[in-house]
Amino acid sequence: MASIAEIRAEAARLCARFEAAGAVPVDCPVLQPAETLLDLYGEDIRARAYVTRDPSQGEMMLRPDFTVPVVERHMAEGAEPARYTYAGEVFRRQEDHPDRASEYMQVGFEVFDRANPAAADAEVFALISDVVSPLRLRAVTGDIGLLIAMVSGLRVSEDRRTALLRHIWRPSRFTALIKRYAGMTPVPPSRTALLSAADPFARAGAQIGLRSEAEIATRIDALRKEAAEPPMSGEEVALITAVLGVAETCPNALEHLRDIAVDMPSITHALDRFEARCTALAARGVDVGALAFEASFGRTSMEYYDGFVFGFYADPAADLPPVATGGRYDALTLRLGNGRTIPAVGGVIRPDLVLTLGGAT
Amino acid sequence: MSIKLGVPSKGRLMEKTFDWFATRGVVLSRTGSDREYAGAVEGIDNVDLVLLSAGEIPRELASGRIHLGVTGNDLVQEKLVQWDQKVEPLAGLGFGRADLIVAVPQCWVDVDTLDDLDGAAAAFRKRHGFRMRIATKYHRLVRDYLRRGGVADYQLVDSQGATEGTVKNLTAEAIADITSTGETLRANHLKILAEDPVLRSEATLFRSRSAPMAGADRDTISELRIKLGV
Repeated sequence: MASIAEIRAEAARLCARFEAAGAVPVDCPVLQPAETLLDLYGEDIRARAYVTRDPSQGEMMLRPDFTVPVVERHMAEGAEPARYTYAGEVFRRQEDHPDRASEYMQVGFEVFDRANPAAADAEVFALISDVVSPLRLRAVTGDIGLLIAMVSGLRVSEDRRTALLRHIWRPSRFTALIKRYAGMTPVPPSRTALLSAADPFARAGAQIGLRSEAEIATRIDALRKEAAEPPMSGEEVALITAVLGVAETCPNALEHLRDIAVDMPSITHALDRFEARCTALAARGVDVGALAFEASFGRTSMEYYDGFVFGFYADPAADLPPVATGGRYDALTLRLGNGRTIPAVGGVIRPDLVLTLGGAT
Repeated sequence: MSIKLGVPSKGRLMEKTFDWFATRGVVLSRTGSDREYAGAVEGIDNVDLVLLSAGEIPRELASGRIHLGVTGNDLVQEKLVQWDQKVEPLAGLGFGRADLIVAVPQCWVDVDTLDDLDGAAAAFRKRHGFRMRIATKYHRLVRDYLRRGGVADYQLVDSQGATEGTVKNLTAEAIADITSTGETLRANHLKILAEDPVLRSEATLFRSRSAPMAGADRDTISELRIKLGV
């Protein structure tokens, strides 16, 4: 195990690499308002972050990452375009992996630039790839934007589309919804009884709580519409399965997905962006022909990535968390920007893992 | 050294535990005044009775300060991360049975499954501007259950007692709590979701995996386990 001083020194070296690439160093408080993070990630983040209570400021969270505060800061005072770097501790509860560090350094590089998203994606990936290149890691890429485009183009009602988009980041729930929409799982008896009841409210009893009878009636109407909607076609389910199953090198994945796009034209624009990114990556010297692309990659990480995603992994035998991760988070800037938005992409490296694997220099 | 046996310090849980041990030839009793938490053990030597709050027994077992303890497996699984590496359940004692369940207002005629709860939560957040509140004291177990069930757009609010009243008091939209008969839920106009419960619980005898033992203590534990038939 490297000492804290050694990890800090490595972090400073990594930060200097990012500064040399044009990034301005920024910092942010360790204690972040919990509400912002809870609203973004939902209750699940409590299992992964430390929540504490301040007598005057209410619930606070030890920063689980820098992205949210850096975005907030940029939206409040940043000039465009901007490149930032930071280095500092982040804090993660490890309920499922008590052997993993719950406090560790992250060194990040974030690009806010609306000029050319493909070029910005390539810039971040190529820089991080270059920095960690002595470690001989395996890189995996994906594209959440492709999945969003796929769902957006499905021939289903708006309600079904919204439900699927909401659960892109919860793969098992997503699959369960697809199966239900395709009529592959039986309708629960409670639903059948509700929709066939002459008066659904006959046994409702006293009306209690904040959720009003009108809200309940609205949902029953939605459920009726949903029950009347024809099942998703088998072909569409097969196309979704085919897209989610794509896992090969970037050029092969692109070709495979272009074939699928013949029957699913809604993903064409996402594939154009994928292709532009491959070109931009190659222009930066990345060996795109050997770079892995997995369509399902990034679906279980914290849900703010909505475009390009990537991770760098050590040999599985080492049983280490990813050494570097990142991606595009345009929608996050919209959520935090009070109506303003700016395309953004970034990534982080863990200096402790870099040292464990022999150092980046 | 001696073997320390932790037992709930009051109420029905204590009495039923005493009965269970007595039936098996080990007589536990409280000594001294009613207010003093001291106890005695007859029928076996080298065992000390430690009277504790049922909620503290998981932690005492995990830290190895007691060798054996009786408490609900709901408390063990809520309070101990990777509980099965810290304690071993030896026997369910057949009482204190209760399920940890999620309940919603009876008037939510459209909600019976976790799938419904998720759909209602999405609509609720859109309508009210905040995530649907579920009152509970079992934060870890319930969060894990809802995550596996694919429920989003909810928040857990802490409730250490009278949880069934939170919906009527407008401090929560739904609850997750322990129930044995469902009586209190019905009285508060709540219904249990038609799903497997978060957890089925009963009073259980646990063994600490970390409590230090001398040679004589090992013999005592073996003798006790034979007597108890566990």
